[in-house]
Amino acid sequence: MPKLSYREASLAAVQQSMRSDPAVWCVGEDLGRGGVFGQYKGLREEFGEARISDAPISEAAIMGAALGAAMMGTRPIVEMRFSDFALCATDELVNQIAKARFMFGGQSRAPMVIRKPMGLWRSSAAQHSQSLESWYAHIPGLVVACPGTPQDNYSMLKAAIACDDPVVYLEHKGIWDIEGDVDFSEEFEFGKARIRRAGSDVTIVSWSNTANIAVEAADTLTEKGVSAEVVDLRSLWPWDKTAVLTSVAKTGHLVVAHESVAVAGFGAEVIATVAEKAGHTLKGPVRRLGAPRSLVSYAPNLEDQLRVTSEMIVTAAQDTLEKAS
Amino acid sequence: MTSAGHNYERGRSLLQMMERIRAFEEQACLAAERDKLVLGAIHPSIGQEAVAAGIMHNLSKEDILLSTHRGHGHTLAKGASSLAMMRELLGREGGCCGGKGGSMHIADFSVGMLGANGVVGANITIAAGAAHAIRLLGDNRIVVDIFGDGAVNRGPFLEGINWAVVFKLPILFVCEDNQYSATTKTKTMTGGDGAAARAASLGMRSTVVDGNDVEAIADTMTDIAARLRDGGPPEFLHAKTYRRMGHTSFDPAAYRPEGEAVEEEKKNDPIERQRAILRAVGMTEDDIQLLHQNAQKEMIDILQKAAGTPFPASDTAFIDVQDIGSPAVEAY
Repeated sequence: MPKLSYREASLAAVQQSMRSDPAVWCVGEDLGRGGVFGQYKGLREEFGEARISDAPISEAAIMGAALGAAMMGTRPIVEMRFSDFALCATDELVNQIAKARFMFGGQSRAPMVIRKPMGLWRSSAAQHSQSLESWYAHIPGLVVACPGTPQDNYSMLKAAIACDDPVVYLEHKGIWDIEGDVDFSEEFEFGKARIRRAGSDVTIVSWSNTANIAVEAADTLTEKGVSAEVVDLRSLWPWDKTAVLTSVAKTGHLVVAHESVAVAGFGAEVIATVAEKAGHTLKGPVRRLGAPRSLVSYAPNLEDQLRVTSEMIVTAAQDTLEKAS
Repeated sequence: MTSAGHNYERGRSLLQMMERIRAFEEQACLAAERDKLVLGAIHPSIGQEAVAAGIMHNLSKEDILLSTHRGHGHTLAKGASSLAMMRELLGREGGCCGGKGGSMHIADFSVGMLGANGVVGANITIAAGAAHAIRLLGDNRIVVDIFGDGAVNRGPFLEGINWAVVFKLPILFVCEDNQYSATTKTKTMTGGDGAAARAASLGMRSTVVDGNDVEAIADTMTDIAARLRDGGPPEFLHAKTYRRMGHTSFDPAAYRPEGEAVEEEKKNDPIERQRAILRAVGMTEDDIQLLHQNAQKEMIDILQKAAGTPFPASDTAFIDVQDIGSPAVEAY
């Protein structure tokens, strides 16, 4: 089993998919030279200019053209560089791509992956650091994926490319270099969480890089005698309610942690669902950790004000346990 | 019956298509106002039929078309069924989009019509992508993308046209200029020398044509289509016409100078102009009337049939959203 970085895992997924399906092609700014984070490195040499296509700095055209090409039977992988720039193509994603199948009565499909690297990336400030996954989870028609590990960035990207629905694929740009074993035979099914740590006292639900931070927190909690279960949702639409409800039924305590702004974040959806379906089984108050509803700064100490840390997750878990009824 | 230099059969067929478009939209307006059967907004193209008829005459069903919220004429001329279209306007079962799209999202993929669009200018980048796919797939189809004069002030106009130029795509962009952006005179909101000049500034071959002269449009389109099929670079056509009705069928267009629309109708109706051309080469009044009556009869019939068709099954509201995470399985 190869040890790959998060970046290399995605590269392998794209490379393998392009080898097996000639309809798959990539389009975005600077792809020919390997992409802004090197996640397309070497693909131009193997697949040529037409299938690893550079694009003008025209996000709306990249997104809109990918839809037109998808409706014609090709399977584009769209690269947006930074998820923040995808906001220049909001009409194309929300009004066009998400609706192209339904609005035309099922005459067309829009099989495409929209890669939008998101998240905090040291001193990148307000326009290069956002996590807006909850926006996309709100849009019918879209599938939303937030891989947090090299294995998932391989399996989930392969599944996204093979999927006939448009998939908003949010890699976390702070973890391109993290490494892990990648089993090429592991297949991902959308809506299936991964239990990153099994435990019995408290459930920590997370995704993307915050799931990695939650695993660290679980390790700390173990040292303190608390058995925490970390549920990495991996995809936010569809999301694995069963895994969360099963875990909460076992532990009776719930902490949800994500990097994006807490207000109206996807954590609220998770907690509301637990409240509706299993509120009576909770033994302590739920705890929600997300960024304060403020903006990401440039200065590192200011930037850190918005981070959800391992320590915060540990404290939240201890807090709900202490307040057990 | 022919005269030197004039293709009579083509001329008659162009008139016939314009009559059908006119009759379809007249019935659609009646269905909206008289019958209250069209519940949402419709945007008639009455007075603009020459653009649809002249351009689509040169396309096959395999070629690709994208259109605007004012797209009934284009869709009909591309070969869509008038009955399926009317059912769609009425939101009925058997409508070309199953009653999910209505007038503004009318589409018929079986005839290469990839959709009207409710967002001005949004079809420009999508159409460029359809042409991009044709390049990737390596076949001989061409794409026509029609938008209005208001669209030249949206970002996708720049991005989509530049895209087509850069990638040398087999596409014709048509600005169907009816002079009004919703309820505002476009000229008062637009800098520069017009749509064709803007496209030309991006390196695109641009042609201006009288948008109410169906023969001129068909001639121009014959040449453009041949160049595109021959592997030529993308092109731009600015067809100047006039919107005789308001923005929607319910808009009395009181913002226009008094008499403007009446004057246009009197002097510049594309159907009357084509009738005059055909009369001059020997078309009889009987034949002219026959085309008119046939179109009227077809569209009266389809409205009646559409009105008698049931609404779609309610559970289709959850079908064709997405496979993964489908609301048909679990909506939340």
